[in-house]
Amino acid sequence: MLIRIDATSAEPLFEQVVFAVKSAVARGAAEPGEKLPSVRELARDLGINPNTVVRAYEVLERDGVIVRRQGAGCFLTGSGSDLAATERRRQLQELLLRAATEAFHLGFTAADIEKALRQCLDQLEFAPNEAKDPKEKKA
Amino acid sequence: MNDPVVAFAGVQRWFGPHVVLRGLDFRVAKGQVYALLGRNGAGKSTALRILLGFLAPHRGRATVFGVDSTSLGPSERARIGYVGEEHRLYPTMTVGGAVAFERGTRPGFRSDFAQAVLQRAGLRQNQLVPRLSRGQRATLSLVLAVAGQPDLLVCDDPALGLDVVMRREFLDVLIDLLADTGCTVLFSSHFLADVERIADHVGFLHDGALVVDAPLAEIQQRVLRTTWSPRGGAAVPSGPHVLRATPRLSGHELLLLDAPPALLAQLRATGDLLPPAPPSLEELFVGLLGPERPGILAEPMDSLRAASAAGGS
Repeated sequence: MLIRIDATSAEPLFEQVVFAVKSAVARGAAEPGEKLPSVRELARDLGINPNTVVRAYEVLERDGVIVRRQGAGCFLTGSGSDLAATERRRQLQELLLRAATEAFHLGFTAADIEKALRQCLDQLEFAPNEAKDPKEKKA
Repeated sequence: MNDPVVAFAGVQRWFGPHVVLRGLDFRVAKGQVYALLGRNGAGKSTALRILLGFLAPHRGRATVFGVDSTSLGPSERARIGYVGEEHRLYPTMTVGGAVAFERGTRPGFRSDFAQAVLQRAGLRQNQLVPRLSRGQRATLSLVLAVAGQPDLLVCDDPALGLDVVMRREFLDVLIDLLADTGCTVLFSSHFLADVERIADHVGFLHDGALVVDAPLAEIQQRVLRTTWSPRGGAAVPSGPHVLRATPRLSGHELLLLDAPPALLAQLRATGDLLPPAPPSLEELFVGLLGPERPGILAEPMDSLRAASAAGGS
């Protein structure tokens, strides 16, 4: 799995690691059941504090993106999230609202935003009308 | 609630009429990587030297593993690794001799590790210590301190004098140490990009006391930097959410703390506001500790300290 961060960015490093893993899953660049690098390996590879990697893995575990198996390491669950459906919907709403608000302040119209969202979805290769619950779409 | 590995409580120290520390208060928890930052002469070295018992505080106290810094015994000292600014090594020794000497004083000394890193750094066993360059001496003293597997590593500007490659090597060595042992680290540095990679807590020492003492991630989440150019004579914002307003060619550079949406909306309504973004550590450092300009607001900085005091420990 490709995990890259930008150490010069002001975004907290652990959030960058969390996003990098989530993004790899969303792009289809990582398979369910795939093993994540060990804390030490990833810290060494990215040149960051191992505590930061531990923290990122904790967040990913809490969000249901990975599971920790004692002694064996961390693995991708393959499911988008284990959170209840309503909570997931609420989070989605909040995310889009935030993006739309920022876009509005950059001077874009509703049509511009819709078009841009469509392009983002295409980039991630979402099939149209596909059920977003990855547990159901296992091939 | 674990006992802190390092604690400063109201530490004051002066040299003649010159007051260096006016009341230093902070703690370093077990496993934490704490970066003590400040301009030259801010008192970083003095603080670290007090901690190690090389200097006594005039008021207040510093403790390591709960023991007063003025009465550290051999058992505590054996658990502390120290890399000083001056990299003191015995001038009659060779590189190999210095490694052997250190191995004799530290039960957990990792010779393989020390040899491997020194070899990567291009140091030979039979080189005499006085003939080493400043950077090579820095590398050697770092390797000696880290190979002893300390519970607490104290470094006074360890990267000073290292070239870029060796700085990266030092980071790798530190990352390995942290991953292997969960060592607690307290270090001062001027290389803020390295600090951003490795530290999880930062303290800004200024004028003998800490003006910022907070987890790095918390700073990145709570502080925003932006530039705002007022329209029609709108007043420069002030109040508890404005850390600093620095006049620029056009408008003001603002450092905001926990900026509420209402404040941002008000700034947008009364002027041109660039999209606010978290500052890099360097931008925050220069913003808070840079040359005094009109518009410094000292009081809100306390809240960044108070917040961490309430949230920490």
